[in-house]
Amino acid sequence: MNLRRDVFQAIADPTRRAILLLLASQSMTAGAIASNFDTARPTVSRHLQILTECELLKQEQNGREIYYHINAKKMKEVSDFIEAFRNMWDERFNKLEAIMKKYKSDK
Amino acid sequence: MMEQKTKIMAEDGKQELTITREFELPLELLFKAYVEPEIVEQWMGTKVLKLENKKHGSYQFETTDPKGNKHGFNGTIHEFVQNNKITRTFEMENTSFAVQLEFLQFEKLTDSTSRLTMHVIYKSVALRDQMLELPFAQGINMAHNRIQDILKQLK
Repeated sequence: MNLRRDVFQAIADPTRRAILLLLASQSMTAGAIASNFDTARPTVSRHLQILTECELLKQEQNGREIYYHINAKKMKEVSDFIEAFRNMWDERFNKLEAIMKKYKSDK
Repeated sequence: MMEQKTKIMAEDGKQELTITREFELPLELLFKAYVEPEIVEQWMGTKVLKLENKKHGSYQFETTDPKGNKHGFNGTIHEFVQNNKITRTFEMENTSFAVQLEFLQFEKLTDSTSRLTMHVIYKSVALRDQMLELPFAQGINMAHNRIQDILKQLK
């Protein structure tokens, strides 16, 4: 149960979601992943560590390099991906709220 | 971190879910956003072809995606009580997704705040889970497309 909550916490963070999306189509080294973010390299490393700890990412040694790739099995286990669904509605409702606040002040 | 205003309740193994959201809007304004076609168009990002706000009424929306493809949505209104509730069906046309039943409850919290509770019932547990996964899957696809676009530019 705890592990499950950890997984959801892991994908609730926007940077970690971005990392997962980045790795959706290819394996990458920590350096290559970090070059996609403005965030400091140690911060990206920390995100990678969290994603690896909850088994959303797997490490693979290839020569001297360590490549990260998505653990498809674990991703499938997080079957509901509630966070992305919630975000979609949250954005929609934020828009509604902004439009109606403006509507109110226009009257 | 910003407070999460929208809450989703989706228990494992159930074919329903509940979406709750508190708005910094008086109840009347929140309800209006669901009733006035030109306002629905703005926040839903869709074209409203028909919206009959009454019992036995129906609605029809049409959305155009970035590629120019048109997607139709429609439903029937079963209950319509001003500033209180809307019960309706929702169907995505030309997809394998079955129609869903939606209970929308609008509540006044204070003079300037209100709450919407949306209780949605799907045809099966599997379908509900599929609908929950949809935004995440689309996110993956979008990222994939972005990567494809970048790769194309490199060529």
